[in-house]
Amino acid sequence: MKHMIKSGVATFALAIGANAAAAEGELVLYHWFEYIPQELLDKFTEETGITVTMDTYDSNESMLASLKAGGIGTYDVSVPGDYMVSIMAGEGMLDTIADGELKNKGNIAEEWADPNFDPGRQSSIPYQWGSTSFAVSRDAYEGDIQTTDILFNPPAALQGRINMLDSQGEVMAMAALHMGIPQCSTDREQLKALNAMLQEAKQHWASFNSDTAKEVLVSGDAAVGQIYDGFAAKAREEGANVEYAYPTQGYIAWMDNVVLLKDAPNRENALIFMDFLLEPENIAAVTNFAQYNAGVNGVSDFLDPALAEQPEKNPHANAGPGVFIEVCDEETQAVYDQIWTNLKK
Amino acid sequence: MAAGAASGGSATTDTYKEARTWLLLPAWVTLTILALAPVFMMLIYSFLTKEFRGGVIWEFSLSAYDQFFFDRGLFGDEAPKIEWTYVTIFWRSIWQAGAATLLSLVIGFPTAYFIATRSESMRPVWVFLITIPYWVNLLIRTVSMKFLLRDQGPLNDFLINIGLIDSPLHIVNTNFAVQLGLFYSYLPFMVLPIYAAVERYNFALSEAAADLYASKWTTLRRVLLPAVKPGVFAGCILVFVPSMGSFLAPDLLGGAKNFMIGSLIEEQFKGNAGNWPFGAAASMILLTMVLIILMFSARQQAKADKAGG
Repeated sequence: MKHMIKSGVATFALAIGANAAAAEGELVLYHWFEYIPQELLDKFTEETGITVTMDTYDSNESMLASLKAGGIGTYDVSVPGDYMVSIMAGEGMLDTIADGELKNKGNIAEEWADPNFDPGRQSSIPYQWGSTSFAVSRDAYEGDIQTTDILFNPPAALQGRINMLDSQGEVMAMAALHMGIPQCSTDREQLKALNAMLQEAKQHWASFNSDTAKEVLVSGDAAVGQIYDGFAAKAREEGANVEYAYPTQGYIAWMDNVVLLKDAPNRENALIFMDFLLEPENIAAVTNFAQYNAGVNGVSDFLDPALAEQPEKNPHANAGPGVFIEVCDEETQAVYDQIWTNLKK
Repeated sequence: MAAGAASGGSATTDTYKEARTWLLLPAWVTLTILALAPVFMMLIYSFLTKEFRGGVIWEFSLSAYDQFFFDRGLFGDEAPKIEWTYVTIFWRSIWQAGAATLLSLVIGFPTAYFIATRSESMRPVWVFLITIPYWVNLLIRTVSMKFLLRDQGPLNDFLINIGLIDSPLHIVNTNFAVQLGLFYSYLPFMVLPIYAAVERYNFALSEAAADLYASKWTTLRRVLLPAVKPGVFAGCILVFVPSMGSFLAPDLLGGAKNFMIGSLIEEQFKGNAGNWPFGAAASMILLTMVLIILMFSARQQAKADKAGG
């Protein structure tokens, strides 16, 4: 609520600022927290003379909420995850990039050039991709961690020491993998079983937190944390003796994308920015910073060699499939919302 | 608010009478736009139809209030029963805020009394010292509190080192941590109004009570407390009300495992639920409850004033 009001005011202030500066070469970016190095933004300004204003968010859903509350027409680009790109397209929030408008479009890696969340890359370009699973402290537990039981049916040593992401999509998708049911199941028995399973599992969880998912592992507050691969690598580098799991039941795969927003006040500059991020050298700088993966050809020359060796980037032979989070229809989503409320009531 | 009654004002002549309209205009405009308009908007939203994934459709609907009070099962097609989920969440918030208020009162009253009984030159220094931590952002203070309290944190290290406990106390991610966090966040709101009341208190009354053989306890109970009651009331309301709607302390210190009113409302706007009318309805119900509490305390206050005067 407070955040909404704050971002509303920011939006208003930005709207004034952006309109005034449109002619001078501005770009208004709406981005995740801690996800782009400042040096790269400085380099962009140096090369193009375009100044960048950035606001940040901490979940796909809160970004959607503030765009719906009046952010459209204020921001030029934002960086939604895969499923959120489809949602935003469905809501009519994205602008279409015509053929030839992006001169570096050909740099997009083939496997990411035609994703089902944005066929033909009409409105988006790849930013980073990676996985979401969980990391386990090897000081606390030495057994097998390649199973979703670690989260939903944990061994005694880990009970009460688990941090989950405070995000319905990621918790539900992981739970579906654990139970071997489809993500947007409409089968009543499966949904009841899912509800019951989560109630049971919650007794073993210490907290729900996304912002501090890495920090609780480093400090030792949690022995298990549901987490993104790059965050787990950073936790390890900061001294936590954690191992990132690729469960045999499967894990969540994701891709964040830079999208061109509808009614972007600086559309030309947004396209220049997207072209900039399609240069291998530039997107590699993001990858070196965030420690995920780029979806652009020719980045390998610019990457920190240590990155490719990271265990978080290399699923073992028995790892289950990586699945994207699915978008449920309204009726099904209402049931999932109810299950989530039951879980946190 | 309630403290206003303490100033016991006889009507004063209005020095600025001619220019009153113009001088008040900026305040009225600001208050109307910034304070009343958003609340009014929320009231309207709470009676609209929800749009999937956030937003509203401009059609009248009672479904937000229906969702709050009636349970229709996981799939929404069972016969309606009374919904206890949100009542439980509200009750939890009231209980947490009440505990934090009590804790603030127990610590805040002696503190305020102490400050008010210092020499006139020292009082501002003590007030200043009380407010220093509050120059730091609430988020930072709540996070620091978590660092302090956690299993491997300084507090547990200290208690283990002096041999008081053998294994760390699990404080973080409990209800107690939330109460502690709320207490710490809003303590000055308790101390300052009580201090203002005690400072105006005529200590000759305490002396007179002692001369009449009242014990120290009786003096406190029957002379000091009735005199400073408006300050105590104001302090309790100033701590209780923001505690009820708070979501930083429950999220960070309580582990966000159980919704409080604040986090429930936040989830409707920022989370996956995206149910704006329901978030607005929950806000309206919270607002109504707070209004009832305020009106009740104002009436008690008026009664007390009448009885006293």
